[in-house]
Amino acid sequence: MIEVSGLRKVYGSVVALDGVDLHVRQGEIFGVLGRSGAGKSTLLRCVNLLERPSGGSVVVGGRDLTALGERELRRARQGIGMIHQHFALLSSRTVAGNVAFPLEIMGMPRDRRAARVEELLELVGLAGKAGAYPAQLSGGQKQRVGIARALAGSPSVLLSDEATSALDPGTTQSILALLKRLNREFGLTILLITHEMDVIKAVCDSAAIMSDGRIEEAGPIPELLATPGSRLTEELFPLAPPEPGSVTITFTGAYSGRADEPVVSQVVRKFDVDVNILGGALEEVAGVSAGRLRVRLTGGESEAALGYLRDRGLLVEVAPR
Amino acid sequence: MTWSDMSPLLWEATGQTAQMVAWATLFTVLFGLPLGVALVGTDRSGLFPAPFARRILGLVVNIGRSLPFIVLMIAVIPVTRLITGTTIGTGAAAVPLTIGAVPFFARLVETALREVGRDVVQAAQAMGASRARIVARVLLPEALPGLIAALTVTIVTLISYSAMAGVIGGGGLGDLAVRYGYQRFETLLMIVTVVVLVVLVQAVQSLGDAVARRLTRR
Ligand SMILES: Nc1ncnc2c1ncn2[C@@H]1O[C@H](COP(=O)(O)OP(=O)(O)OP(=O)(O)O)[C@@H](O)[C@H]1O
Ligand SMILES: [Mg+2]
Repeated sequence: MIEVSGLRKVYGSVVALDGVDLHVRQGEIFGVLGRSGAGKSTLLRCVNLLERPSGGSVVVGGRDLTALGERELRRARQGIGMIHQHFALLSSRTVAGNVAFPLEIMGMPRDRRAARVEELLELVGLAGKAGAYPAQLSGGQKQRVGIARALAGSPSVLLSDEATSALDPGTTQSILALLKRLNREFGLTILLITHEMDVIKAVCDSAAIMSDGRIEEAGPIPELLATPGSRLTEELFPLAPPEPGSVTITFTGAYSGRADEPVVSQVVRKFDVDVNILGGALEEVAGVSAGRLRVRLTGGESEAALGYLRDRGLLVEVAPR
Repeated sequence: MTWSDMSPLLWEATGQTAQMVAWATLFTVLFGLPLGVALVGTDRSGLFPAPFARRILGLVVNIGRSLPFIVLMIAVIPVTRLITGTTIGTGAAAVPLTIGAVPFFARLVETALREVGRDVVQAAQAMGASRARIVARVLLPEALPGLIAALTVTIVTLISYSAMAGVIGGGGLGDLAVRYGYQRFETLLMIVTVVVLVVLVQAVQSLGDAVARRLTRR
């Protein structure tokens, strides 16, 4: 749905994007992670050409946006929704007026606009707030207006730059639930930027990690979790540096059972080993039970125990002694 | 001098001041608003970037603002003649008043427009809005309270500039105060004139403040 290749963006002597390739599939929620200044916002703003790339191409829905003239680009943008960290609502317009704005841009006649606005506000759960001004709304409500506005043109793609970063955890969850629902119900493809691991865990199907204007790793989350040494795993389930001889077990999408299955006690019984748990976390991510467990195995048939775990589809890494 | 002597003089002078200020305000907005938009829009990161034009506009505005009004009024006499066909009278005075106020108002417009968040403008761009639409439907409406405040300050300034219009026969309250109060020692008339000016300025300011407040939705 979004195909970015060889994307470069240079500001004077600052290289904000240094050859970025990104492949976002139709109907998925794709999260981009990275430290401040990594180039995440620049990347997102290049996807709808708010920022003109210094090089490379951006194809959205099969159309190369970099090749379009201004008028065509404006039309193409109407099919790409965007939501913003600080909402970016028009303070001089009511909620209904804000949602109507993109409809005005599309040239929808006045009498059809009102019905569409009502429908959109209903969709985001703000039906009673049509006449309120943004200043009278909470952060979560403002972002709902932002989402309704972004959906006005029935876009196939939604771009989100830290849309929940200004919200408290509870409100963040409700906005994420809304995005997830839109994704499931309408097949909306969402490219979102965040620095919150919880956002990735809660809604993303795929993820990319950026640093210094480059993509370090990218792909479906279960695949990344199954990759030894993945930075995403490290970010999602942080553990202290491994002690010599300790074993790190990563539960990935490839694991045949469930993470809460008593695989550890099975190992203890079958191979007569002692298991000492050093740390770990297990959660539901991208629809699979995933996480990491750091343990120390002693006595019994340790080697056979590790082999058994690997056979079950777990990623097993042993720190050298 | 009695009240009945002063009254017609005051009415006439007030009418002249109102007339000068009204015409000058109209044309100041007509020219100053687009100029203010241009000052913001031609920025390197603006809606229609044109750094060279930006520098020229800035220079012209600064020159206009640094000329004392009394000098400007004399200096633009040829322009006044070209536009109004005469160089004296109330109508003629509106020309230098406008020329004096345009750069002033344009700078205030510039400041008001810069208050509009970049993210709001970018959101509109992301929706596919044209630049003309962004100016008309985003920048100006969002900055409206600030623009009203700018207009209020400009009208007050025009009232004070108009006091100098006596020099080119524009008449008005300032002229009245100078001719009777200063040249004929009619102290009472001068005081009354000053009071009328104060009341006028106060009324304009209060009205402007009230309108700006009503329009503020933040
Ligand atoms: N308009 C600009 N002019 C100059 N440099 C810029 C501009 N926009 C971004 N940069 C630079 O490009 C780099 C990437 O910025 P970007 O905003 O994309 O980072 P980010 O990953 O979104 O960071 P954050 O998490 O803090 O939002 C930074 O070094 C930044 O200083
Ligand atoms: Mg950013």
